[in-house]
Amino acid sequence: MSSRIAQGGAINRQQVCRFTFDGAGYSGYAGDSLASALLANDIRLVGRSFKYHRPRGILSAGSEEPNALVELRSGARREPNTRATDIELYDGLEATSQNRWPSLKFDVQAINGLFSPLFVAGFYYKTFMWPASFWEKVYEPLIRRAAGLGRAALEADPDHYEKSWAHCDVLVIGAGPAGLAAALTAARTGARVILADENFVLGGRCLAERRTIDGQPAADWAAQAIAELRSMPDVRLFPRTTVFGVFDDGVYGAVERVNDHLPVPPEFQPRQRVWRFIAKQAVLASGAIERPLVFGNNDLPGVMLAGAVRTYLNRYAVLPGRRAVVFTDNDDGWTTAADLVAAGGQVAAIVDSREPVIVSELARRFPDIQAIAGEVNGARGGRHVESVEVTSRTGTSHRIDCNLVAMSGGWSPTLHLTSHKGNRPRWDEERSIFVPDMLPTGMRVAGAANGDMTLGEALVTGFRQGLTAAASCGFSGSMPALPRVTEESARRVPLWRVRQALGKCFVDFQNDVTTDDVELAEHEGYRSIEHLKRYTTLGMATDQGKTSGVTGIALLAQRRSIPVAATGTTTFRPPYTPVAMGALAGHHRGMDFRPTRYAPSHRWASELGASFTESGPWLRAQWFPRAGETDWFEPTCREVKAVRSTVGLCDVSTLGKIDVQGPDALKFIERLYANNFATLAVGRTRYGIMLREDGFMFDDGTAARLAENRYLITTTTAHAVQVYQHMHLCHQTLWPELDVQFVSVTDQWAQFAVAGPRSRALLQRVLDPRCDLSNEAFPFMACGEVALRNGEPARLFRISFSGELAYEIAVPGHRGDALIRTLHDAGQDLGVVPYGLEALNVLRVEKGHVVGSELNGQTTAHDLGFGRMLSTQKDFIGSVLGRRANLIDPARPRLVGIKTVDRNAKLAGGMHFIPQHAQRSIEHDQGHVTSVCYSPILEQWIGLGLLTNGPDRHGEKVMVVDPLRGAETLVEICSPVFIDPEGARLRG
Amino acid sequence: MRIPCPHCGPRTHEEFTYYGDATVRRPSATGPDAEAAFYDYVYTRDNPCGLHRELWFHQGGCHEWLVVERDTRNHDIKGAVPARSVFSADDAT
Ligand SMILES: [Zn+2]
Repeated sequence: MSSRIAQGGAINRQQVCRFTFDGAGYSGYAGDSLASALLANDIRLVGRSFKYHRPRGILSAGSEEPNALVELRSGARREPNTRATDIELYDGLEATSQNRWPSLKFDVQAINGLFSPLFVAGFYYKTFMWPASFWEKVYEPLIRRAAGLGRAALEADPDHYEKSWAHCDVLVIGAGPAGLAAALTAARTGARVILADENFVLGGRCLAERRTIDGQPAADWAAQAIAELRSMPDVRLFPRTTVFGVFDDGVYGAVERVNDHLPVPPEFQPRQRVWRFIAKQAVLASGAIERPLVFGNNDLPGVMLAGAVRTYLNRYAVLPGRRAVVFTDNDDGWTTAADLVAAGGQVAAIVDSREPVIVSELARRFPDIQAIAGEVNGARGGRHVESVEVTSRTGTSHRIDCNLVAMSGGWSPTLHLTSHKGNRPRWDEERSIFVPDMLPTGMRVAGAANGDMTLGEALVTGFRQGLTAAASCGFSGSMPALPRVTEESARRVPLWRVRQALGKCFVDFQNDVTTDDVELAEHEGYRSIEHLKRYTTLGMATDQGKTSGVTGIALLAQRRSIPVAATGTTTFRPPYTPVAMGALAGHHRGMDFRPTRYAPSHRWASELGASFTESGPWLRAQWFPRAGETDWFEPTCREVKAVRSTVGLCDVSTLGKIDVQGPDALKFIERLYANNFATLAVGRTRYGIMLREDGFMFDDGTAARLAENRYLITTTTAHAVQVYQHMHLCHQTLWPELDVQFVSVTDQWAQFAVAGPRSRALLQRVLDPRCDLSNEAFPFMACGEVALRNGEPARLFRISFSGELAYEIAVPGHRGDALIRTLHDAGQDLGVVPYGLEALNVLRVEKGHVVGSELNGQTTAHDLGFGRMLSTQKDFIGSVLGRRANLIDPARPRLVGIKTVDRNAKLAGGMHFIPQHAQRSIEHDQGHVTSVCYSPILEQWIGLGLLTNGPDRHGEKVMVVDPLRGAETLVEICSPVFIDPEGARLRG
Repeated sequence: MRIPCPHCGPRTHEEFTYYGDATVRRPSATGPDAEAAFYDYVYTRDNPCGLHRELWFHQGGCHEWLVVERDTRNHDIKGAVPARSVFSADDAT
């Protein structure tokens, strides 16, 4: 640990943390970041750059880091592109460098640097354009291997992620001096305060600077402030929490890294938690990000931001280089020189690009340091900086040996969150920074984020904004006495690029964008900042240009000879730093993506070994295999045959059920359904169709008139929610005068189909013997209340989806399990068979009943053979537009049945109809096959389809073609009702 | 985004289902130009920049259809009232 300073720093030297980097073992201390621990171990080279595979080191000390991206952890927990500067060191940490092959020190693709003309601005639009066929096989794999970031884990993430809400009066974002000050004044008024900071220690630059507040070190002041805040019951502190987005109505998105500082989260704890903070007011105190200077080879490891150098010295007690050159265009750079000297480092020279008069004035305060008014033209070195070439204003050149270059191009306010709702920042010409302009409702900005760069200003604006924010929520307090702070100055004369450069000058480190790329893009006409971004990739990828954006804008302005204000900025959007998809998903993954709805017979079906499938949110039985049946086909055929010859049981509870009551119930139903219900008697059920207002089919189902003013209507399983919403919309907006009430009772009733020639016999065993099921007493489409043998109430409907003599019996949901068992037991000697969705589908295709494949949102009542049902006597939803000529055109694809001419041929859903001798092309397409099945009754494949002029073409032979799989076969067009077209069975 | 439901208080937008323009009114089905009127009603919409009155259904709450006034430029919501009060008032006038 040769670069560790003997004393000081916010690290715990009693607690050693062992970690590995690229497999080699090292150690650091609790309180280190991975970056500070690497530097303490003299690791300077930590990654390879995106395009040119140039060696890269650690540039910054925070979340703005573009270079030092590593893969954290291993196996299923491997996380790519994590910033070494942000990662809290823990015992057992594993990190791996990225984008290098075969090794970090020897990377064969560094040769990309030699071919760099290929990788200039817009390279992926130019180099890889032609021929198109090369994309998949040559270019893409090549680019992916050469230009990449980290690798995502291949296994499923074993950890948990949570989502949560929190409410407060004042949200303070950032816990540096301004944020702590704001939280203090707000909290002292009694307001509920949330204070969040992305770092694992609260305090921000109080921890990184050798400054004093009221005579005590800034870090001690911060510790006291945090202690006071912690003691207040209405204050919640969120370290390790990035507020990544500002959303509408005071909603702030944040991700809390609950357990990222442990190798494995403790049991029952999430790795991360996504918060939605609901705040009446917010104080943004996110600080500022330092800009790199643009000179030759400014990307060499050992070239660091000057402020980051101070963080490593003062917070982590690490000397990032023994012999430093400081290069600055502002006063703040001199503080770094002073801190380096104070920490025992050697400052070979401070190079200041400003006028000699400014430089010599400052130099008087640092008599021991060689001060040069001039600029660094370039850094030299192989995998690490070894020297710099410097030209003074007088024209003399020097080579200065050094192993650290601390550069400062001034600080840019971290104002990203001020523009998440579309507001653009404003260019402040005097200070050469963008500052927040229009703010999201309820947001205020304090400290460096607002351009108030000194510690004194940060504290004052923090105190004030915290107080005003609390006042806006109705809390009052007073300004505290302003503390005395170390004097400092933030003068700057911007140097956007050096006049004479040696080597590539990087603007955007993460995307390998150089000054040449910016110039070339401008030359080629990409003059808008948004175009520059897309064309050169400046400001893209995981860091989104945090260190490069402002410089890129200024260089474009310089090149175009226009003011920076006229160039504008690109749009900042959430998230501020990358957020894992897993965190955003929370617990909603796999089977927990949404709640699973179980049918009332689920347990009984499971005991019978049923195979289940998802049907919308429901889990439904597909088939009930018996011993020896190994696929879906055998049980399905057996179940179908049983329904057609004996009796079958099927859970149909998933259909939507809506109970409609009130004096105007009939009027309401009449307006919802396209067909007539006025003539429906009490105790009878009728099939009904609903249209959308545009005249297309919406849904179908039945309405049972249970009493004079009471109907029970059913919907398809798929449309249950939409129909219910639609009914409310109609009632609440179209006909609020109707005296009608309705409620969904889908979950309240278990309903089973009892279908087949022996269904009546089976029901007679289960129902009260006084219940008369004869055709005379309970004919087809009858409905009514009945009693079970044990006296329990039930509802019985004589409706049939299978075309057989059939009933549906309903009992309160919690009695469903008992009833299905009773039915199953009672019917054993009748040959009762449970049947699932597959058999249900075969039965309905054989009868030509339409379902979702035909009710696909593009079909009309006429298309599906319901044209004559449309009432002409009343207004109903869809009545006017449903009559449009185009919707009743007989040449539209309309419902037909199909059967294969070759009885051994198979069919597939989605096949297209093509006239028998026509070319298989889209011009001859006459519709498509919507549903297919193997009919065990007809012993061949049959189907339903939508065919141009279909009903007029029964008997014709047409090809059905599946161009994707290269299949085709000849079919005969027929009536969609394959079985018992007269309906004798269901009336039996 | 949060919608201030008059029955349930301010609730997150995930609880609501969006429907669309709350300013169009279903025309008479018996008028002489019924088809043209319905065509307008179903298909023709303004795309206002600024305040817009629109229908939202509180699916995850009280099952009330609401008329919500929203600024399309920034999603600021000015208010929400039960749709039935708005549409009943229409009938009264
Ligand atoms: Zn509500």
